[in-house]
Amino acid sequence: MTCRELVELITDYFEGALDDDARDEFDAHLVICPGCVFYLEQMRTTIRFAHDVKALERRPEVVGLLEAFRDWSSAR
Amino acid sequence: MLEPTLVAASETPTPTDPDAELLARLRCGDEDAFLELVDRYGPVMLRVALSYVRTQSVAEEVVQDAWIGVLQSLHRFEGRSSLRTWLLRILANRARTRGVREARCVPFSSLRRDDEDDAPAVPPERFQGPEGRFPGGWASFPTDWETLPEERLLAQETLTRVDDAIRRLPQRQQEVMVLRDVEGWSSEEVCEVLELSAGNQRVLLHRARSRVRESLEAYLERA
Repeated sequence: MTCRELVELITDYFEGALDDDARDEFDAHLVICPGCVFYLEQMRTTIRFAHDVKALERRPEVVGLLEAFRDWSSAR
Repeated sequence: MLEPTLVAASETPTPTDPDAELLARLRCGDEDAFLELVDRYGPVMLRVALSYVRTQSVAEEVVQDAWIGVLQSLHRFEGRSSLRTWLLRILANRARTRGVREARCVPFSSLRRDDEDDAPAVPPERFQGPEGRFPGGWASFPTDWETLPEERLLAQETLTRVDDAIRRLPQRQQEVMVLRDVEGWSSEEVCEVLELSAGNQRVLLHRARSRVRESLEAYLERA
């Protein structure tokens, strides 16, 4: 497995979607390749940042929903 | 108000549904339960809507419209899926319809299309060619981000950059990354909401994460 091939398999690796042979090759590559270890960590950091982005979310401005709920509730 | 357990008995949602209690209260006409639901899922609905349409105000209309749709069809919800996957399916359907209508009015070239993105995770020039010592190996190693100044990784601006990078992703990649990585939903839930196979979902997620990593690298490692 080359570095170029490994970078395409990282999500499958994280998701547990690699078969046993591919996973062993992947792990063996990481043991000898600091470049791919750094890259893998960059992907982990990216995922962590994406999770933290949730804190930036805002609530949508929605109007009239409570009225719609009351209409729905009384019409049942 | 009736006790939730009394109501839920005949129409129990999937036992793992994190919103089971809320759903039971909702069916009793509990306003607070409805507002809690709007609070809990409004932000993710807005974000997913924004992957389909171009402006905040249109996305807000889509969310509003989706909630009305939710109320109209709540009596048909049987709990075969979790409440939140059902909510997001309604939202995504409405956002898609709206996005298609919008796309007819904007120049084709300005659309970000998923099917045009089959670029590799890392540009080929970062690897050694066939004449190199290790063909397909790194031409030069990626940076160890642990060695970057800590304040750069902790800065609010970095988070904003990541947010922007996600918002610029093509539509399908964007909704997959939002649900999986921003919201932390399982791959099963995401496949169900977006009607994707597990394999396709992984491909989209991989492209999305790779693109966002690339943007983050460009930002973090700038001189």
